[in-house]
Amino acid sequence: MNSVRQQLATAESAAVTEVRPAGAAEQKPPPRRLESVPPIPPSQRDLRLDLFRGLALWLIFLDHIPTNIVSWVTIRNYGFSDATEIFIFISGYTAAFVYGKSMRERGFLVSGARIFRRAWQIYVAHVFLFAIYLAEIAYVASSFENPLYAEEMGVVDFLKQPDVTIVQALLLKFRPVNMDVLPLYIVLLLLFPFALWLLLRRPTLAVALSVAVYAANWEFDWNLPAYPSGTWYFNPFAWQLLFVFGAWCALGGAQRLAGIMQSRITLALAIAYLVFAFLIAMTWNIPSLGPFVPDWLASLIYPIDKTNLDVLRFAHFLALSAIVVSFIPLDWPALRSPILRPAIWCGQHSLEIFCLGVFLAFAAHFAMSEISGGVPMQITVSILGVAIMIAAGGLLSWYKGIEGRNPGPRTKTPDADMAGGEV
Amino acid sequence: MKALASALFVLLLLTGGAEAQRPDRCDVPGYLLFGEHELGHVNMAVKDRQRLEIVIIGSGSSTLAGPEGKAYPRQMEAALKARLPDVTVNVTVHAAPRHTAADMVDELKKVVREQRPDLVIWQTGTVDAMRAVEPDEFGAILNRAVEKLRAAGTDVILMNMQYSPRTETMIAVGPYAENMRWVSQQRNVPLFDRLGIMRHWSDTGVFDLYSPTKAFAVAQKVHECIGRALASLIIDAAQLGPMTAKVAQ
Repeated sequence: MNSVRQQLATAESAAVTEVRPAGAAEQKPPPRRLESVPPIPPSQRDLRLDLFRGLALWLIFLDHIPTNIVSWVTIRNYGFSDATEIFIFISGYTAAFVYGKSMRERGFLVSGARIFRRAWQIYVAHVFLFAIYLAEIAYVASSFENPLYAEEMGVVDFLKQPDVTIVQALLLKFRPVNMDVLPLYIVLLLLFPFALWLLLRRPTLAVALSVAVYAANWEFDWNLPAYPSGTWYFNPFAWQLLFVFGAWCALGGAQRLAGIMQSRITLALAIAYLVFAFLIAMTWNIPSLGPFVPDWLASLIYPIDKTNLDVLRFAHFLALSAIVVSFIPLDWPALRSPILRPAIWCGQHSLEIFCLGVFLAFAAHFAMSEISGGVPMQITVSILGVAIMIAAGGLLSWYKGIEGRNPGPRTKTPDADMAGGEV
Repeated sequence: MKALASALFVLLLLTGGAEAQRPDRCDVPGYLLFGEHELGHVNMAVKDRQRLEIVIIGSGSSTLAGPEGKAYPRQMEAALKARLPDVTVNVTVHAAPRHTAADMVDELKKVVREQRPDLVIWQTGTVDAMRAVEPDEFGAILNRAVEKLRAAGTDVILMNMQYSPRTETMIAVGPYAENMRWVSQQRNVPLFDRLGIMRHWSDTGVFDLYSPTKAFAVAQKVHECIGRALASLIIDAAQLGPMTAKVAQ
C-alpha cells in the first residue's frame, strides 16, 4: 500500500512538471460515475510507456529492413519476444488509459464511437501504406529478371489481378510482409469497447475471459482467414491477451501487481528466465551451438510460435517488464532528460511514427536494391531512418504544443487529442 | 551503451572472420554446412553396394533456365562422382514449378515406391512462403512426410529456400525456414541451409545477389557452388570422406 501511495505522490509531482498544457487541465481526479469502479489510477501520463513504445518503434523499423546488420542490436536476437509485444502491450495500456476515462465520464456509446473512429484512422493509414507497397512491388516487377530468381519473381503475379488483390487488401485479408501489425490493431480496437466495458466493472473476470480465449485457441485453432491462403500472421485471438493485459494494468492492475513485481523472488525468476532465453537465442545466432540444446528441451520449446503468441514469448515479455519496472521508477529523472526525449516523442505519436517506419523500411530496401546492399549502406539507412523518425516525432510534438495553446473547448481538446494522436 | 558496445564487438568478430576468406571461391564455413545428423543408408549403400540412388524433389529453384545440366542437381552429381570415383551415382530430379510442400507429398510417395532411393533431397519452402501457407501446417506436413520416408528406409536432406534479397520485402521466408530447421531436428535429418549459405555469399561479396542482371553466368555459378556444397554435406553426413571433410570444401 505504501508503495502505491508513493507512486501516487510521485505521479502528482510529475504531473505538475508536465510540460504539455493540454495535459495539465486533466490533473483533477475525474468524477466517479460508476459505483463498482476500482480505485482510479494516476491520471498523468507514464513517460516510461512513451519511452519504451518509442524504442519499440525504432526496433520494429530496424527489424523490417531485410538483411540489416544493425538489427543485431534489437531484442529479438537475445530472447523470445520482440518489439511487437512491447508495442501491443503499451497500445492496450494507453487505449485503456484514454478511453477508460472517456467511458467513465461519457459512457459506453461515446467512448465506443471514439474507439471506432480510431480504428478507422488506423485502417486508412494501413490502406495508404498498401498503396506505397504496390508502387514498390510494381517497380520491382518491371525491373528485375535475374534467372536465378525466376521462381521468386512469381510473387508479383498478383499484380496481374489488381481487382482481386486490392479488394482482398481492403478486406485486410491480403497483407504484404511487415504489414500485419495494423490489421491486428484494428481488430483489437473493434472489440475493445466491449472489453473495456467489462474491464471497468469486473476487471478480474475480463482478464480471465481473455486468458480463456487465448487458451481455447490452442485447442480450437481459431484465426482469421488470409488471402491467397493461410491465416493472419498475428492471430488476434491470441494477441488480444497482451492488449487486454495492458489495458488491465492501466486500469489499476499495475497497482495490484506492484507487490509481486517488486518482490525479490519475481526479480530473480525474471532474470533467470531472461538468461535462459538469451542462451537459447544464442544457439539461433551461432548455429554451431545448436547441438548443446538437449533434444528433450528442443522438443519442449520448439517451435516458438509468433502467430499465436507462444507462452514462452509472453513470459519473456513479462520478465522484461518486471525488470524494467523494478529498475526504472516512474519518476526516473532521465525520463525528462533531453537524451531520451527523441524516443519519447516517437512513442507519443505511435501511429504516425509506426507508419513512417514501415514506409522507411520499404524505402531502405529500395535504396539497398538500387545502390548497394553492403554493410555501410545498411548502417547508413538505419541511422538515417531513425533520424527521420525522430525528426517527425519532434515535429508532431511541436504541432501538438501549438495546438494545445490555442484557446478552445477545454473539455474536448485533450481527450480527442490523445485519442487522435497517441493511442 | 555497454550492451551496444559488446554487440558491435561481436559483429566485428563475425564480419572480421568473414573478411578473412578469399572472395574468389564460394567456400561455405563448416558451421553453416555441417551438422550432427547422419545419413546411415547412404553410408551403407556406398560401402556395401557401391551404388547411390538419389532423388531430388523440389520446385522451380531446383531448375535453371538455359543450357541443360547447369542447375545444382547435376552439379552435385558431378561433384559426387568426382569425389566417390568407385561408386555409381544416379540422380533423378523431380522439380515442378509452383509446387508447395503439400503438392510434393504425393509425388514423393510414388517416387519412393518406384525408385527406392537411398537418399531424398527435398527442396521446399519458397512456394509455401509465397502463397503464405500457414507455417505450422507447412511444418506439420513436412514433419509427417519425413517421418514416413525415414520409416521406409530412406535418408532425407531438407533444403530450404534461396536467399533472394530483392524479394525480401515480398516473401516472408523466416517462419518457413524456422519450421524446416525444427523438422530437421525433430526427425534427425540434415538441413542444407541454402538460405544461410547464399546470404553468407552475399554478405561476404562472393556474389552480388541484388543484381537485376538477366545474364545466366552468375546464376550458373551459384548453382555450381550449391551443388558442390551439397555434395560435401552428403559425404560428411554419410561419413564417407576423410576426417578432414570437416573443413569446408
